[in-house]
Amino acid sequence: MTAMLRISGVRTFYGHIEALKGVDVEVAEGEIVTIIGANGAGKSTLLMTICGSPQARDGSVVFEGQEITRQPTFEIMRKGIAQAPEGRRIFPRMSVIENLKMGAITSDPKYFDEDVEKVFAIFPRLKERQAQRGGTLSGGEQQMLAIARALMSRPRLLLLDEPSLGLAPLIVKQIFQVIREINEQQKVTVLLVEQNANHALKLADRGYVMVNGRITLSGGGAELLANPEVRAAYLEGGHH
Amino acid sequence: MATLTMTGAKPVPSTMQIAIKEAFLTAFLVFMLSFLMIGFETQAQQGQPLSYVTRFAAIVWGIILVPLGRILIVFNRHGRPMPALIGGGFAFLYLFGGAVIAILFDVLVIPFNDYFGEAAGAAGIPLPFADPIVDAIFGLGALYIVILGIQTMRHTAHGELTLAQREAKEARTALRAKQISMVLGPALLVTALVLPFTPWSDRVLVETMTLILTYVMLGWGLNIVVGLAGLLDLGYVAFYAVGAYSYAKLATEFGLDFWASLPLAGAFAAFFGVVLGFPVLRLRGDYLAIVTLGFGEMIRITLINWQAFTGGPNGITGIPRMTFFGVPFDRTPEEGTQAFHTLFGLEYSTMHRILFLYYVILGLALITNFFTIRLRKLPIGRAWEALREDETACRALGINPTNTKLTAFALGAMMAGFAGSFFAVRQAFISPESFVFLESAVILAIVVLGGMGSQVGVALAAVLLIGLPEVMRELSLYRMLAFGAVMVLIMLWRPRGLLAHREPTILLRRGGGKAKPRKAGATA
Repeated sequence: MTAMLRISGVRTFYGHIEALKGVDVEVAEGEIVTIIGANGAGKSTLLMTICGSPQARDGSVVFEGQEITRQPTFEIMRKGIAQAPEGRRIFPRMSVIENLKMGAITSDPKYFDEDVEKVFAIFPRLKERQAQRGGTLSGGEQQMLAIARALMSRPRLLLLDEPSLGLAPLIVKQIFQVIREINEQQKVTVLLVEQNANHALKLADRGYVMVNGRITLSGGGAELLANPEVRAAYLEGGHH
Repeated sequence: MATLTMTGAKPVPSTMQIAIKEAFLTAFLVFMLSFLMIGFETQAQQGQPLSYVTRFAAIVWGIILVPLGRILIVFNRHGRPMPALIGGGFAFLYLFGGAVIAILFDVLVIPFNDYFGEAAGAAGIPLPFADPIVDAIFGLGALYIVILGIQTMRHTAHGELTLAQREAKEARTALRAKQISMVLGPALLVTALVLPFTPWSDRVLVETMTLILTYVMLGWGLNIVVGLAGLLDLGYVAFYAVGAYSYAKLATEFGLDFWASLPLAGAFAAFFGVVLGFPVLRLRGDYLAIVTLGFGEMIRITLINWQAFTGGPNGITGIPRMTFFGVPFDRTPEEGTQAFHTLFGLEYSTMHRILFLYYVILGLALITNFFTIRLRKLPIGRAWEALREDETACRALGINPTNTKLTAFALGAMMAGFAGSFFAVRQAFISPESFVFLESAVILAIVVLGGMGSQVGVALAAVLLIGLPEVMRELSLYRMLAFGAVMVLIMLWRPRGLLAHREPTILLRRGGGKAKPRKAGATA
């Protein structure tokens, strides 16, 4: 399989601070790939660099054979990439259905009804709440809405930034189940950034460990889960 | 009340101590604010040097009354509404009631003074201020204290609201606003349509209504920029000016009539919207507001100084008047041509043109309204609203923020351009003086007070803010004071505007989960 997304030697700066110090990551079509790491390791920065905000100073991001490193964010997001951003960032004053409509803003309106049915099948909860304002949803529902909104643009690659953040364990489990469903049934490739290493690695085909803006380890999900270093740093001390 | 002060040793100041401290501060503030502005009145009389009279009594009364009110507010804030209710109530009844009686007395009895003799000269109620209007305003201040007291009473009766209750309350307010809008909107429209033919209608009323409708249209236009796209524009009057000067120049130089210039004026204004928008749309919030403010002033100062093109401070005179689609409203048409009254076989009347102008602005305003309502339901309208909520999220959804904002700016400016050419054709004379910052501020106030994004609210606010000062012209300078008071009161009562509610742009078939465009909104 050739890589759908290839990130090579990417360096990103916030002012003078080097947040990514030469990162190489590859995602093949159909995979679920996860990037785990501690707070401030640069995981979210990497996702945002893929989206071009901020842009990488060095290195390149290639999506489906096309260089997207220097393109403006809105152009990148029209190429079949969608993101459920960190902190969900749904539109709080708009209703659930309007949020979904916003997600579909770049795609052909004739698919809208069909796609809404699809995401409602994945998240029946959202169907019940469709007329409710986004801001009145619970945290878990907002996360579902963020993912559903991302799916409405019919992406081939879905970027998820910490979907488990601040959610109850039961909801986290549901969210991860849904991510697998999306990957298997909708044939969407997933790049997932997580602090919840246990769940993320169980779900993922492959994983990368990120420390201080660098990839320090990579391998299959199960393989990393068994790795003593990973266990010591991200599993035994933290979640469980 | 002062029992707490007896315990002494505690470092926490008692309510009385706080009240006295704040009262002194307030007294100081009143003195500083009023000493020069109220204490001296300059008088200019023909042939005599400028002199002044002092009004120290008014200041003394201010220094007594305002701190007393402050004390009541402090007690109320500390959970004791009784003094506010009693003291405020008494002050309101005495000051406001006394003022009303005094004014009525003036209006009703003074004309008969000669008949009744000196005894009828004053109502006989001793009021602190010489001018009953000022007494009335102080009375309204007291009424506000009473309202604060009632609110405290209610709160102590029901306890603090939980978040859910507050949500529910907000939802109820929004629902009520929606219901009011649904009744009020058509009612206002029907009123506007038939008003010129009612018996009360006269020239002044129709002209005032024309003025109000101009501001309704400007408000609706600015609502696209501020209410929907959330871009705070303090220089909106610049586009109004561009529209006005466009028509004036096109008509005087190229002989185009109103209907031919209208689209051109709109296009010019939209172009200026883009020109302004392009460099500034990276800015957000306050910074954007400052730059738009500057842009408004730039246009005005250019108009003043570009003598050759704009006529400078003298403006442009002799702008051709409105025609009935090419047929003039003249009393004596040129040989071989028709005038409006000969065409329809009517008696000549100056009201024809005034009425026609009225219906033209009504039509233009309604088009703006219809246009805005449609836009909201199109992807671009939704993108504006989303952009207002979260720009980063929008970019992540593939929306180009610059283009989206520019469209809002251009469309809003276009509406101002239309309104501007209407202004020019109505006045037949324009000068930079009509396009000062205060105009931008008034239009913005209409949008904000009306409830951002609410069409009916904007219309209502325009009636209030433009109509009231016209009605209150007799109050001369106090009307600006009343204008300010109305604004403050609305913001206290309804912090989100008179009729703030947000209608969803798409509704769903029940249970079906299928998106159904509202009134075929998404098909266009």
